Amino acid sequence: MKLKTLFLAGTALAMAGGAATAEDMTLVSWGGAYQASQKAAYADPYVAMHPEVNVIWDESSAEAVAKLRAMNEAGNITWDLVDVVASDAIRLCDEGLAMEIDPDTDLAAAPDGTSASDDFGDLLVSECFIPQIVYSTTFGYRTDVADWGGKEPDDICDVFDLEAFPGKRSLEKRPINNMEWALLCDGVAKEDVYDVLETEEGQDRAFAKLDSIKDNVVWWSAGAETPQLLADSEVVIGSTYNGRLFALIEEQKQPVKMLWDAQVFDLDGWIIPTGLSEERLARVKDFVKFATDTQRLADQAKYISYGPARKSSAPLVGQHASLGIDMAPHMPTDPENAKNTFLYNYEWWADYRDDLDAKFQAWLAQ
Amino acid sequence: MSDTTSDQVLTTQDGKPLKAALARALRREKLRSFLLIAPLLIFVLITFVAPIIDMLFRSVENEIVSETLPRTVVVLEEWDEASGQAPGEDVYNALLYDLIIAVENKRHTQLGTRLNYEQTGLSSMFRRTGRRVDDFGEVYADQLIDLNAAWKEPVTWATMLATPEWISAQETWAANPSGPEPAFVVSEAARNALPTTADLYGAFARFIQTEDSDSPMEEDPWVPVYKALYQDLIANPDAASAFSGETATLVGQAAAAAPNFETVSIKELFIDADDDWGSAENWAVIKTFAPKFTSGYFLSAADAQLTPTGVELKPEDERIYLYLFYRTLLLSIMITVSCLLLGYPIAFLLAALPLRYSNLLLILVLLPFWTSLLVRTSAWKVLLQQQGVINDFLVWIGIIADANRLVMINNQTGTIIAMTHILLPFMILPLYSVMKTISPSYVRAAKSLGANDWTAFWRVYFPQSIPGIGAGAILVFILSIGYYITPELVGGTSGIFISNRIAFHISSSLNWGLAAALGTLLLVAVLLLFMVYDRIVGIDNVKLG
Repeated sequence: MKLKTLFLAGTALAMAGGAATAEDMTLVSWGGAYQASQKAAYADPYVAMHPEVNVIWDESSAEAVAKLRAMNEAGNITWDLVDVVASDAIRLCDEGLAMEIDPDTDLAAAPDGTSASDDFGDLLVSECFIPQIVYSTTFGYRTDVADWGGKEPDDICDVFDLEAFPGKRSLEKRPINNMEWALLCDGVAKEDVYDVLETEEGQDRAFAKLDSIKDNVVWWSAGAETPQLLADSEVVIGSTYNGRLFALIEEQKQPVKMLWDAQVFDLDGWIIPTGLSEERLARVKDFVKFATDTQRLADQAKYISYGPARKSSAPLVGQHASLGIDMAPHMPTDPENAKNTFLYNYEWWADYRDDLDAKFQAWLAQ
Repeated sequence: MSDTTSDQVLTTQDGKPLKAALARALRREKLRSFLLIAPLLIFVLITFVAPIIDMLFRSVENEIVSETLPRTVVVLEEWDEASGQAPGEDVYNALLYDLIIAVENKRHTQLGTRLNYEQTGLSSMFRRTGRRVDDFGEVYADQLIDLNAAWKEPVTWATMLATPEWISAQETWAANPSGPEPAFVVSEAARNALPTTADLYGAFARFIQTEDSDSPMEEDPWVPVYKALYQDLIANPDAASAFSGETATLVGQAAAAAPNFETVSIKELFIDADDDWGSAENWAVIKTFAPKFTSGYFLSAADAQLTPTGVELKPEDERIYLYLFYRTLLLSIMITVSCLLLGYPIAFLLAALPLRYSNLLLILVLLPFWTSLLVRTSAWKVLLQQQGVINDFLVWIGIIADANRLVMINNQTGTIIAMTHILLPFMILPLYSVMKTISPSYVRAAKSLGANDWTAFWRVYFPQSIPGIGAGAILVFILSIGYYITPELVGGTSGIFISNRIAFHISSSLNWGLAAALGTLLLVAVLLLFMVYDRIVGIDNVKLG
């Protein structure tokens, strides 16, 4: 009798639990300051409007591609919306793990009536990708290096100039971006970079250029490493995401400056996994429509120095929420910063990534 | 007494033979102990062994090519890659039919990714072509529709190709759409007369029914279906005889007109969509990787590649895995040896000290064990980096000049130091538990017989501690072979392990086949070393306590 009561109570509890989870929505992001900015700009206002929704955050974006594939094979998708970089979105779309969207019906139009597909424009790099921000991979350098005799680097090729700017550099432990920068500084014109990189000789040229600084490079694999290395004076100049450098310079007040020359633009955004149930899909589509409208994207820039992906959001970018400084001059897309930028070619890298990565790793190991 | 009982069977009290009763009792005992471990056994099998086998199987599995391009790989069999010429029109026709199905099912990009592992450029070749393949053969559709507008009607196609039973079943369903649609069935007559059309239209109808949940009676067929019909009509001008009524007239009219149709080369359409389709080299890759199982991943893992002409080594600038295997084994041995050199005296001290001191020391040994791996690794960064604590101290006391700070991290030294620290408890604990059981009276006896301290230790104490060394060394070695977080953080470029590449292929490049092959090779290497160890030291000589 007692056992039966317990059992019934347990069942009731489980059912109550089930009912409570019906409105759960799991968002996957990168953690840290970036996820905090998404929470403040998108999720909190949305939950205020829809108190029945319980937003759960999962900090798995770095392994999102592998985890989504595993979930798909297991037939149990537990994520509703996943934040990934554009190249991962293309891969997930290729694998059939991300859902194709129709920008004009699934995303909100701009306040002046411009359709979403025009407002996002070229940034819709894949049928599955819903862009949020434009970020850039660029360099930061210390301003107190005695050996430099008061000079400061202002050209991407200063990274490769050990005579004028001695000291250690930090670069990302993968071929993407590094190969392009090496060729740019080896005299290849910006528009020819990928044509040259396609050839064996072009790749050798890029490696030869990287060879010239190889002994002075610390290779990073997590975005937080370069800011730490710069703060510790372990390196004097290093590449990382511009938002990380913003935090280092403006929030931690380190003697570091940005070198915006030849910054490489990249995109980050949402994808909706395939295989969601109808209710979950309807809920997440509703959220996405809200979270990627003009005002919400502009709001995110209050918390982090990444540029909104909509053209219509740019004029609305205001001041930092806690520092009270104007954010516009810290955006990678600001005209002053974007004098010389480099566009990352997703489709090219989708082809050459495996091949060049093997060569790059072999080169590193030499 | 003994000879009276020897030839009669011993029985229990209730008259059963003692032997059988004993065996039964024993069997029951065994069954009970098996039932006791059964939950664990089942748990291990389901959650550990099965996934590992599944994962390792991926290292040879290669079904995606023959599943996505079933028609193409059959026709491609006859193509001779040694000719250096791209295959003929029939291969491209088959490719068109395969690809339109793959594109509609969104499988072609997956295939492109798979083949791109073998040949750079195939990923975008499939992606680009996939966007255009749905209007390949449009010229045939236009001409057929111009000839007779009935070809525009979905019903024409369904009536021509389906069995009458399916048509009536579908009509019943359409009148009252409850429950699943009746699955499309191609009629035998149509299959004989128009084999290609029946095949492709069948795939179309299945797709419409299962993916879109629509009726083939209401959906326009894919454009390549028209091309298939044209091809069938040219091959079999008498196709109309297989049909009756209006369909026969329609097919007869089309068959009569077909030889005068304006034609288009599908091969040229493909090459127009992407030049790479004209390359014999790319076709050779598709042919080489057509079988359901491949040795390609294992060859990649051994720095070789499968080419149409056989196995050959990769170009020198892409060879990395064998070197990484070698480095992993070498560094793991060095880490094991340094753990032993550092751990042995500590374990000895632990075993020799009175209990209250040894407990304190044991806590000190275990303390880092309870700290997060990442915290410990980061702590080593702070200590070892060039502007770090150790270098600052050495510069301050004047041993090294400020300009010549030691490089102790982001290289092999960093990996060895950090991993030795992390794995030290795995060496100390088995050593300690074995040393604890060595009775001090043996050493005392040796000394009383005239041995000096060293001889007593080396000849009497040390041999007894070998089982602990064996256990500790195996633990540390096997753990260090699989480590990747620590090498990634402190190893720079010269201190990373093969596991770093496995992790990369699992989580980043998604080349799970290669990751599985690398993992299998690593597993085999460890098992081999284990066997060698068994030969030299003896596995029964390993003790954890």
